Amino acid sequence: MRTMLVFWSAVLVNNFVMSRFLGVCPFLGVSKKVNTALGMGAAVTFVMAIASAAAYMVYNYALIPLHVEFLYNIAFILIIASLVQLVEMFIKKSSPSLYKALGVYLPLITTNCAVLGVTVLNKEAGYGLFTSIINGVGAALGFTLAITLLAGIRERTARNDVPPCFQDFPITLITAGLMSIAFLGFSNLIKL
Amino acid sequence: MIKIVKNGIINENPTFVQVIGMCPLLAVTTSAINGLGMGAATTAVLMCSNVAISLLRRVIPEKARIPAYIVIIASFVTMVDLLMQAFAPPALNKALGIFIPLIVVNCIILARAESFAGKNRVLPSLLDGLGMGLGFTGALFIIGSIRELLGAGALFDRAVLPEAFPRTIIMILPPGAFFTLAFLMAGFKYLRSGGKSKQEGGET
Repeated sequence: MRTMLVFWSAVLVNNFVMSRFLGVCPFLGVSKKVNTALGMGAAVTFVMAIASAAAYMVYNYALIPLHVEFLYNIAFILIIASLVQLVEMFIKKSSPSLYKALGVYLPLITTNCAVLGVTVLNKEAGYGLFTSIINGVGAALGFTLAITLLAGIRERTARNDVPPCFQDFPITLITAGLMSIAFLGFSNLIKL
Repeated sequence: MIKIVKNGIINENPTFVQVIGMCPLLAVTTSAINGLGMGAATTAVLMCSNVAISLLRRVIPEKARIPAYIVIIASFVTMVDLLMQAFAPPALNKALGIFIPLIVVNCIILARAESFAGKNRVLPSLLDGLGMGLGFTGALFIIGSIRELLGAGALFDRAVLPEAFPRTIIMILPPGAFFTLAFLMAGFKYLRSGGKSKQEGGET
């Protein structure tokens, strides 16, 4: 039951992009087309699920027994960097078109703060292995949801007549702000 | 020398010109003091990592440079994190929370390592770190002040606006961050384009 609450809270209430502001860079950068946004979401989901599990194991079975908990940050970022390398090689082989569309943002998943963020949050909340993975998947699905919604809106409004100084980033930010208001409606839905 | 610092603050301002490092910018700017605290921590890491990477630039092999940079940055972030937990006011620590360890993945730091510190000598790298850090801090401070002023009617936790002035709570909630940044960037763009279209500088 509690794991279900953790899951829905990560997807909707504490949506990583909309209320925690984690992963805003790819959210704004790769949200021009729905397909690319979905691909990005899938890649991030994969990395986040495995990173949550790997970070949990390294923290509990390597860092704590050695009494070097304060090194968690360095350990986590190295885990994530190697995972991203793996995903990059996989996508390059399996779907060259997606690889091209994601472009520079694929290696940049390493510096996507949502991924490091979820591992640090799991550690701070003291979640077990299973709950950590659920939280990682939930947070990643929340990210995918937000980025896909924004891409859908941007596809529709691409040809709208926007004042010159509001084109590109500012109007996207305002769209994101309005979405964020909608996501506020979920607050207090679940109390952990 | 001064040119390098000014470059970071104005010409290549990481926030308004390069548009990187968005996450902490939006997340911790609920008040002016939080913005300044985050800016100071980031600037410290940026200067230290720039110096270290500049010193090691002949030792680090070309192919393994990104992992090497990340490890260097992560070490400094860990140091800053521990120092802040020991000496910074508890309220500030609580507000910045997870975003201190997350300085590791702030794109500004890796970007400066890659494009400046890895190619330049120590002193220019130090100044570049200072300039970029100040540019980022400035942006954090401006956004933090606007949100605190409109959302809580205060500045640095002191009430500034009269009681009768309506408080717009939404400004200190997440959507306010998006709106403030959107209007600031639009204003910046407007100024740079020389004012070709009409636009109000106000806030929703």
